[in-house]
Amino acid sequence: MRDTLYDLIGANKRKTFIFIIITSLFLGAIGYVVVRYLNWGITGYVFFAIFIIIYNIILYYNSDKLAIKATGSVPADPDEFRMLHNIVEEVAIAAGTPKPKVYITPSPAPNAFATGRNPGNASIAVTTGLLEIMNRQELQGIVAHEMAHIRNYDILLMTVVSAIGGLIILLRDFFLHSMFFGGRRRSRKTGGQLGLILLLVGIVLAIVAPIFVAMIRAAISRQREYLADASGAYITRYPEGLAQALAKLRDQHTRLKRASQSNAHLFIANPFGKDRADAVGLFATHPPLNNRIDRLTSLVI
Amino acid sequence: MIIILILIIFLVIAFIAIYNRLVVKRMRVKNGWAQIDVQLKRRYDLIPNLVETVKGYAKHEKEVFEKVAELRSRAMGAKSPKEAADANNMLTSTLKTLFAVAENYPQLKANENFLKLQEELTATENKISFARQFYNDVVMDYNATIHKFPQTIIASMFNFKPREFFEAPEEERKTVPKVKF
Repeated sequence: MRDTLYDLIGANKRKTFIFIIITSLFLGAIGYVVVRYLNWGITGYVFFAIFIIIYNIILYYNSDKLAIKATGSVPADPDEFRMLHNIVEEVAIAAGTPKPKVYITPSPAPNAFATGRNPGNASIAVTTGLLEIMNRQELQGIVAHEMAHIRNYDILLMTVVSAIGGLIILLRDFFLHSMFFGGRRRSRKTGGQLGLILLLVGIVLAIVAPIFVAMIRAAISRQREYLADASGAYITRYPEGLAQALAKLRDQHTRLKRASQSNAHLFIANPFGKDRADAVGLFATHPPLNNRIDRLTSLVI
Repeated sequence: MIIILILIIFLVIAFIAIYNRLVVKRMRVKNGWAQIDVQLKRRYDLIPNLVETVKGYAKHEKEVFEKVAELRSRAMGAKSPKEAADANNMLTSTLKTLFAVAENYPQLKANENFLKLQEELTATENKISFARQFYNDVVMDYNATIHKFPQTIIASMFNFKPREFFEAPEEERKTVPKVKF
């Protein structure tokens, strides 16, 4: 049984790799079009490559701090939040990982998220609203779900996905900008047909890119949520805890104020609080809560 | 000639890879056991405090206190995983009795110190059972590996011996839900 989970983790790492390759090719294509269009030559490509690499490294090393800051979370006091610290420690032991740092997000909306680039540099944050409504076992289920995200390297995957997504949109803006403000002079140089083709490709990419990025990100995120539910249940060997917690989340509809589209995938439940029970859409970062509860309860014999 | 050379190189690489895998797995077992040990010690430290607090309110429950003290010292003196598991499983059920006894004393239940100790012991119990679960998983993985072919050849050459499980208490094994994928 353990092997299966390790296999899943391995598959996850492979998927991350494949995703990076595919999106890098995609980025490369955009970069090529932009550089050709602007007639920057070889320096243009080098500039792009360096830019992409540096951007990713910075994002990778700061992913945890960024999410913590963006949500206004503060470190949980070990005395005041004794039980939460205990629960995180318990689950870390069960998962065989070091204990992540524990944060409190001041918000009445019950939610939780995990962040960090690897199990040794991870953080788990829960909202004050979550602590209010969950009992010990439900809280343990939620922490196990977050721990599963950490151990499955989902945060790395989603960071990479978001970083590349952001970069694609940045490139798109750059392209549109240069097309409108510097395009005419350069297209004369590039000359007739090729210039026109590049322009068309650029426009298509500009329209398709953000949609493509959002869909891929959502699809990956949904799969990760199911996997984290299952491996969270595997960590505690008590799926009911998480199932009950998800049922409680389903029955409330408070929005989390400081969440944005860019970090929505980090949370245990969609922080925007809409259509969480049954709806499934191409752009949803989370599967419907009812489906998740059904899958969890069917894990039990 | 070249084919033989390639074959030898291949065998050497395979040998090194398998040996390193075995060492890693054995380390995991040792690490897993160390985790259990840390939590058991934590529990041994908490128990006297708990007993003192309960004694302040429930003087007449001598039998339970004595039994807890006796099992605690027996568990602390355990030498093998099996001995430690047996003594600690009995200790777990006696502690349950102690908390059941505490239910009869409303003042004790309102005592802040008691509540803190209760949370600490609950957490420690959970940590023990999770550490045990993790330990048993890695032991199973390790034991399976050293019996597999061709790993078994290298395992017996370098004296990799099968390890004992840390058995769960009888009633827990029946009630704890198991997950299947």
